Amino acid sequence: MPVEQSDAQLVSRCREGDPEAWNEFVERFSRYVYAICGRGFRLAQHDAEDVFQEVFARAFERLAELRSDDAVRPWLAQLTRRLCIDKLRLLARDNPSEADPDEQAIDDVLGELDEAMTVRAALDKVGDPCREILDRFFCRDESYRTIGEILQMPAGTIASRISRCLEKVRSELDGRDRGSQPS
Amino acid sequence: MSSEMNGFNEERIGRLLRLLSPAPEGWVRAAQELPAARAMLDELVARAEQDAAFRLQLQADLERAVAAAGYEPSPFVVSRLRQLLRTD
Repeated sequence: MPVEQSDAQLVSRCREGDPEAWNEFVERFSRYVYAICGRGFRLAQHDAEDVFQEVFARAFERLAELRSDDAVRPWLAQLTRRLCIDKLRLLARDNPSEADPDEQAIDDVLGELDEAMTVRAALDKVGDPCREILDRFFCRDESYRTIGEILQMPAGTIASRISRCLEKVRSELDGRDRGSQPS
Repeated sequence: MSSEMNGFNEERIGRLLRLLSPAPEGWVRAAQELPAARAMLDELVARAEQDAAFRLQLQADLERAVAAAGYEPSPFVVSRLRQLLRTD
């Protein structure tokens, strides 16, 4: 199983110009940025695409300015948030019915997405096949049958595998919490 | 603190995972190609600064001028180049 790198390690590799690191960076944070645009700000798909590309363009250009490599997730969230608001204001110029977003509601969604990223990191640590099974079921909304066909597993066993994989993720999250407690 | 106490039970883990559906593949690919696109943009901007005729071509029809220079005028490159030329 590949060892998952921390956000800070990945950012550090990006700074050093490792060509694979940027691909991994985009892979790791693409869902997060996409979810902020869609679930947080409810941007239409073509507007979300503009913001998505702009976020990664700015991240690429400004990664060197990041004060702490560990802070990349909140930094990206803030950047995405600002660009979504800019986009909504631009849209409101043409269509005044577009109101300013409800800041409290956005904070709530961003808080949940942050937790979702923590769970996602735990899932990455658990690795395959759990990562793939849970990703297909929860994130890609695939049926037991489809998952079974793709992974060549009996469809009847998928539900129990999902359940076992969820337990593993939960254990991973438990371990993380125990590890972060002061001794 | 256990995951029961911090709210990470199996049901919540599933619900949170659902929030992170994958971004469209094309978007991800375009973002991953940024380093190459950035190098291309730097070359085009440098050439526009040194070559007045090329600058005029870009102003007249940016997409055609990019293609004539031998580059793929992807929507990202075109919009980014527009921004860069505006601010330069």
